[in-house]
Amino acid sequence: MKITKIFFIILILMCSTQSKANQIEEELKNKILKNIRCLICQGQSVYDSESDFANSIKLIVERKIVDGSSEKQIYDFLKEKYGQWILYEPELSKNTYILWLLPILLFLFGGAIIYKNLKINNKD
Amino acid sequence: MKNKLKLFIIVIFLSFCFIVFYKGLNNSNIYTPKINDKKNIPTFKAKDFKSNNYINSEKIFEENSFYIVNIWASWCVPCIKEHPMLIQLSKNKSVRLIGLNYKDNLENAKKFINKLGNPYSQILIDNDGTIAVEFGAYGVPETFLINKNKVIIKKFVGPINQKIVEEIKLIIK
Repeated sequence: MKITKIFFIILILMCSTQSKANQIEEELKNKILKNIRCLICQGQSVYDSESDFANSIKLIVERKIVDGSSEKQIYDFLKEKYGQWILYEPELSKNTYILWLLPILLFLFGGAIIYKNLKINNKD
Repeated sequence: MKNKLKLFIIVIFLSFCFIVFYKGLNNSNIYTPKINDKKNIPTFKAKDFKSNNYINSEKIFEENSFYIVNIWASWCVPCIKEHPMLIQLSKNKSVRLIGLNYKDNLENAKKFINKLGNPYSQILIDNDGTIAVEFGAYGVPETFLINKNKVIIKKFVGPINQKIVEEIKLIIK
């Protein structure tokens, strides 16, 4: 009787671990698919698209996750096949420096103007 | 003097924005991946159209000759248009044509080949479109020219025409 109880507890634990792992894989898959641009219906992510191309990419991403590929490895694979543009969130590279740094520079510039004005007002 | 400098900077900035956006109006908003990047052929396993057996890509591209990989489907209208061009290319002895049948019904694909002729020395089945992705394709038809070093040297998106056939013939001569 005791052995049966232990067996059932182990079984439940194994099932819950498996379902947790599946959930993590599913979340990773959705995260990646939302960051991939569909090249057929441009303006939609692969996650949202039902085109033949998007369905093939969904399959490939799923297989690569099951095979143990990391998020970066999957992005690198897709970039090698279709170029940087397939990703919605471009990585920091020599071509995207301005894209990433301009908002920070504008923020600092704006902050400096506000700070300067506040200082002048305080003096008055 | 300070106000004039401010005005000058604003005018320069607005002019810069205007030029950037005006130039952007002339750019196509449809992205096409770079098509002339030289890449090695991918490694994959595919089902043979005739025998239904799985074959490795090393076995498919084992001969020391030029290869053309053409992605086609019986439901693809532009594929009908380019088929005579492929028949023409298949007569050239220095190139082998490999057909990649993309997300197709096998019976319809057979009818298509029987009706229009078979330019391919081998046809592979790509039911889920994943082999096409390995090649970097995103639609049908697409054609890849592979040299003797097994490097993809040219990629043609859309149906090939007489001009492309002449270009291929010049390369494989």
